[in-house]
Amino acid sequence: MSGFLSSSIARKVAMALSALFLIIFLIIHLAVNLTSVFSADVFNEASHFMGTNPLIQFAMQPVLIFGVVFHFVMGFVLELKNKSARNVKYANYNGAANASWMSRNMVVSGAVILAFIVLHFIDFWIPEINTKYILGDMSGVLPGEEGYRYFEELQHKFANPARVGAYVIAFILLGLHLAHGFQSAFQSIGFNNKYTKCVKSFGTWYSILIPFGFIFVALYHYFNH
Amino acid sequence: MNLTLKIWRQKGPQDKGQMVEYKVTDISEHMSFLEMMDVLNESLVAKDEVPIAFDHDCREGICGMCSLHINGEPHGPDRGITTCQLHMRTFKDGDTIYIEPWRAKAFPVIKDLIVDRMAFERIQQAGGYISVNTSGNTQDANATPISKIDADLSMDAAACIGCGACVASCKNSSAMLFVAAKVSQYALLPQGRVEAADRVRNMVAQMDLEGFGNCTNTGACEVECPKGISLENIARMNREYLKATII
Ligand code: SF4
Ligand code: FES
Repeated sequence: MSGFLSSSIARKVAMALSALFLIIFLIIHLAVNLTSVFSADVFNEASHFMGTNPLIQFAMQPVLIFGVVFHFVMGFVLELKNKSARNVKYANYNGAANASWMSRNMVVSGAVILAFIVLHFIDFWIPEINTKYILGDMSGVLPGEEGYRYFEELQHKFANPARVGAYVIAFILLGLHLAHGFQSAFQSIGFNNKYTKCVKSFGTWYSILIPFGFIFVALYHYFNH
Repeated sequence: MNLTLKIWRQKGPQDKGQMVEYKVTDISEHMSFLEMMDVLNESLVAKDEVPIAFDHDCREGICGMCSLHINGEPHGPDRGITTCQLHMRTFKDGDTIYIEPWRAKAFPVIKDLIVDRMAFERIQQAGGYISVNTSGNTQDANATPISKIDADLSMDAAACIGCGACVASCKNSSAMLFVAAKVSQYALLPQGRVEAADRVRNMVAQMDLEGFGNCTNTGACEVECPKGISLENIARMNREYLKATII
């Protein structure tokens, strides 16, 4: 790593900025998912808009993918570097005495989230890209049918209990990742002042409510299809 | 009280080293931890064995020389103290106590429980000072007005004794709390502002060069620091660094 990212603080800030970006993305993603609970039509319209709007597809989507990849790659690189910074291990190391499980296991929760994203890409993203850009069908409508296909596809995916189970576990781990990560991102960019208490409690609520929202949508469709 | 001690023995920097078990008997609960170590060493000398090497100097919690990773934590289980301030009443009769040196690639073991903390000195030399000419006609420090809040925060940061417990406790072996304390104590004062940008850049560069790990904000350092150095200092250093490199 050269240039700006060769410094430990720069890497830390880069991790935090990509994290904050992903934190905002999660809100948008959840908002779209939640519409599926209230109205199939609204969900279809929203999905079609997100999936075909050129600004979202060709400007925001690449930025998002870069953000995700960067956060993962940098996270794993840092973990390896940090491991090698202690070449002889302690015979007795009581990590729980001074730091939370979440903060000590970001790489574990991160790895589970990565596995989930791979599943998610196989489930939704790759078929979408295939239909839209390889087969060139931008209509969002299945041949011989009426209305958009998105809601039906969603219901179909969430009918499988194994997938829903994996989904629930992944989002619990995401919650644990965020429980440390949210406030940690603010600390990393140097934001530690009289508002830090608010940031911490907001972060706690965020790390509970956002994963809960995703889990709720999955379970809702599992029990109502 | 009678105790079983599992202590790291290592003849020198090149030796592989290992944990060795010792038994101590009739330890008074009023003894400090280092006095308990002295008792053990006297018994070893009496048996013609090599005593265990460990660092210490003031034995009153101000110099930062004593170290020791005790039962999985730097300076043992108590909070806000150094090992010389740890008392045997913290332990129970019959306890097994693990005693290890600080573990970090940047703190290589010299012998037994003594590690080389010169990395901290080199970080200090990279910028942990202000350049004043002490020729005899130096300006009175009190002539520069400083707000009480900043003066107190600077004093709090300056309380760091450079013991290295922050590195020892950190799962990443990061030295951020130490460096942040040293950067902050000057950054908060007008005299320190003059060289603030160079200071933070050079000290962080030296910290990275020494091979300390990357901070992931676990907060273990703040919990284990005998001087209560706050994580706010790390946030301040991050701000100082961003200001110095980007702006
Ligand atoms: S910050 Fe605390 S733990 Fe770290 S060297 Fe200074 S006094 Fe020791
Ligand atoms: S010997 Fe000086 S602080 Fe412990």
